[in-house]
Amino acid sequence: MNLRGYFLPVVATLGFVFLYAPIVSLVVFSFNESRLVTVWGGFSTRWYGELLRDGQMLSAAWVSLKVATLSATLATVIGTLAAFTLTRFARFRGKLLLTGMVTAPLVMPEVITGLSLLLLFVTMENMLGWPAGRGLTTVVIAHATFCAAYVTVIAQSRLRDMDESLEEAARDLGAGPVRVFFDITLPVITPALISGWLLAFTLSLDDLVVASFVSGPGASTLPMVIFSKVRLGVSPDVNALATIIIVIVAIAVTIAGLLLRRQHKKY
Amino acid sequence: MSAPDAVPSASHAPLYRRLFLIAVVALALALRFDLLTLEAQTAGTLTLILWTTALALIALEASDALGISRRWLVIALPMLWLFVFFLVPFLVLGRISIAESMIARPPYSPLWERGSDGSLEIIASLDNYRFLLSDALYRNAYLSSFRVAAISTIFALLIGYPLAYYIARAPEPRRSILLLLVILPFWTSFLLRVYAWIGFLRRDGVINNILTWAGVIDEPLVMMQTDLAVYIGIVYTYLPFMILPLYANLVKLDGALLEAAGDLGASPMVTFLTITLPLSLPGIVAGSMLVFIPAIGEYVIPALLGGPDTLMIGRVLWDEFFASRDWPVASAVAIVMLVLVVLPIMWLQSVQNREVPK
Amino acid sequence: MTTPAIAADTRPWRDADAPPFISIRNITKKFGDATAVDDVSLDIYRGELFCLLGGSGCGKSTLLRMLAGFETPTKGQILIDGQDMATVSADKRPTNMMFQSYALFPHMSVERNVAYGLLREGMSKAEARARALEMLQMVNLEAFARRKPHQLSGGQRQRVALARALVKKPKLLLLDEPLGALDKKLREKTQFELIRIQESLGVTFIVVTHDQDEAMTLATRIGVMSDGVIQQVGEPREIYETPTSRFVADFIGSVNMFEGTVGPAAPDLMRVETADLGAVAVPPVSGLTQGQTVYLALRPERITLTRSAPEGRNDVVRGLVLDMGYVGHLSTYRVRLENGRMITVTQSNRLRDEDPISWDEHIYASWNPAAVRVLTQ
Repeated sequence: MNLRGYFLPVVATLGFVFLYAPIVSLVVFSFNESRLVTVWGGFSTRWYGELLRDGQMLSAAWVSLKVATLSATLATVIGTLAAFTLTRFARFRGKLLLTGMVTAPLVMPEVITGLSLLLLFVTMENMLGWPAGRGLTTVVIAHATFCAAYVTVIAQSRLRDMDESLEEAARDLGAGPVRVFFDITLPVITPALISGWLLAFTLSLDDLVVASFVSGPGASTLPMVIFSKVRLGVSPDVNALATIIIVIVAIAVTIAGLLLRRQHKKY
Repeated sequence: MSAPDAVPSASHAPLYRRLFLIAVVALALALRFDLLTLEAQTAGTLTLILWTTALALIALEASDALGISRRWLVIALPMLWLFVFFLVPFLVLGRISIAESMIARPPYSPLWERGSDGSLEIIASLDNYRFLLSDALYRNAYLSSFRVAAISTIFALLIGYPLAYYIARAPEPRRSILLLLVILPFWTSFLLRVYAWIGFLRRDGVINNILTWAGVIDEPLVMMQTDLAVYIGIVYTYLPFMILPLYANLVKLDGALLEAAGDLGASPMVTFLTITLPLSLPGIVAGSMLVFIPAIGEYVIPALLGGPDTLMIGRVLWDEFFASRDWPVASAVAIVMLVLVVLPIMWLQSVQNREVPK
Repeated sequence: MTTPAIAADTRPWRDADAPPFISIRNITKKFGDATAVDDVSLDIYRGELFCLLGGSGCGKSTLLRMLAGFETPTKGQILIDGQDMATVSADKRPTNMMFQSYALFPHMSVERNVAYGLLREGMSKAEARARALEMLQMVNLEAFARRKPHQLSGGQRQRVALARALVKKPKLLLLDEPLGALDKKLREKTQFELIRIQESLGVTFIVVTHDQDEAMTLATRIGVMSDGVIQQVGEPREIYETPTSRFVADFIGSVNMFEGTVGPAAPDLMRVETADLGAVAVPPVSGLTQGQTVYLALRPERITLTRSAPEGRNDVVRGLVLDMGYVGHLSTYRVRLENGRMITVTQSNRLRDEDPISWDEHIYASWNPAAVRVLTQ
């Protein structure tokens, strides 16, 4: 409260300008007629047209969506079980190991995760014959593994905050452990699981490094295609793509906000 | 929220479960023998999910039949998954880091070879590590990664702290909106946000255009492909990770403490230095870790914004793997990174976690 | 005539000419449309232990925070020791505050918490430390100087907060519900501790509390607040015995309240006609006119219950005991009068009565006319 006067508002404004100026310019120049991304050549939507005709980009987007959906779902299942195990079961052999394995991916550099998983897949293929080559499956496994860690963290904190007497009450009223999980625990932590799933989905959709290592021919994800394009310099159809993503995110956030507000009213 | 009605009651569970198991296995077999026409990639993933489910259900049946506690089943799935896909890879990584690079598929020497006389010969050497030590490139890359990550973290803190403070002290409707504005960029593509800075920093980019137009500069500034660009990229990308823990800490700060300090004669600045700052230290540490950790292994930002001489260890590893195709050396680089960077950070975090629950 | 120096005469508020130490003049505080404090004026004298008593949201804390300088009055003036506080910020005021939550700095040891204010005055570290330890001695906590606040019990924290607020020797100490977080036994003990410290240091205290027992025990004077207005200011006994309004009578202790109209004037005793008690004799009150509506307040302990009609008493009604609660030193009765009105009566259990009045007994309730308080508002 005490850094009064102009200092804080000015710094805060500059901070938000810093955060949003690049995004705004990205959107503005996606409507630029000129190929030069930074010189205004009149309003045009031609880059959106080119984007929609870009088969490589479209199929990569489709691959990314599939990967993100599958790996987020898998990560949510693994993460929920891991979180439940860690919060609800008293000591068991290997608890420390499990704790380590769910927290380590959070601090693991992507390059290491990517490389080590690739080497695992190659070794497994040599020894077991599975997975045959690399592609969608290996990317899904890789993404599910590191996303599971994030889901675990979210689910764990919700499970810890949850009033355990709810579960005890259900037990007291005659429900078995499995029944309690599905009747009480799961509904209570569902909002956390949804946000965990969304986070995993976003992380998967966003990942370039891990996917570059473990993906194979025909399974290029959207970030991989964008990266190879961007490396060669700026191109306006990437701006168009960015604008589309921003619009989708804005709509999704608005809907989520409205849903959340309705949820609050319900309780 | 009402309980899901679809959950079978305990007495019916085995029947439902068996039917479900049969369906899962049937579907998996159908996929195996190409009775369903699906794209190969999708089919592969689906098969994986189906077999995992089937295994879990079979384990459930078996445990019920044998009277083993179901607890272990719940533990087993995450445990096995993470063991196979997280822990084992590091063993493989270690094993390949002591192999020799060779032109083959895969491009490294096997762990053992049968000699001409049928004897078993183990091929392992620390040559790759010796190579890392002897070549200044790698040492510099490690050092410069630390430097870049540390400097970026400090800048992120300097920018993030006032922002977090401002948001935490804002009145309620505005506070939520500002917080949302901080989180929002995170949901858009990271790659595209870095890309946006190329348009800003280029020779004919937005910044140079504005400065030239305003008459501040005659010659465009060189900003792309410099360390400065990398700092900007990292700070920009990871700023929300700095702000959120700081905000979470500062918003909990008890206003009465600040009033008490004021009441005892502390000026606003002294109150900030003696009360707010020390109390927000956990937030500062948490935020700094969240920026420093991804920054130190960063590949994309130095690759897109940095110059050819911006050495960062993530980039060196990437080039070693993709450009030189030297898998053993790349593995050795990764192992060293693991030991020098990841293990200390994990140790630090576990120490911190032990301190928190007072 | 010389006056002996007894406690009764160290009451400057009884002297119209005594200069007040703190002057609150027509203070109003608005938060948006809501008025928290409404045109309050109050004088407090040096060495007083003044209690602001009221329910939650009555404006007492806001008034305290304006004295400390955390809130700026919308209107009005505050003078402390003759100095206008309008332009003096919280960190420059000669006041210190003990916060309801204690607001102990969690990252500092007890000693550093107490020394904090001294260091802000520019005192050397060694001296500040010595003074802090001295203060801790006074609250019997010198053994805990090196501990952190979270390693102390609630009562110990309360004493650290007190020590920290007193160490700068403020002219005025403001205490926001100082005993609110303590349990009952500790609270009673601490009340007298607080009085001891206040008297030995001679600092003026203003205490905000919602607990009437606490206010009665601690205060030299009490200001009863509700709806941002001070309803009555007076010594504890005055507030209890001669409340000036139905609100105060009802707020402090419990009371039986009867509505009535003033009867014809008589020389010594007035009469008030009530529906519940019939004609009641009351001590004469000036300024009442015949036919005016008044309220009669009768404390439960001023009513006597007897099995047979008391002799020589005119102020008697008959009733039936519906309920009785035994509290040890006294018993509380719920009595239904003949017209159906319920009253509360407490009887002291001073004697070990073998056969106390109990449920379902028909009794006589009587009182002394001097016990009735006539209220007009």
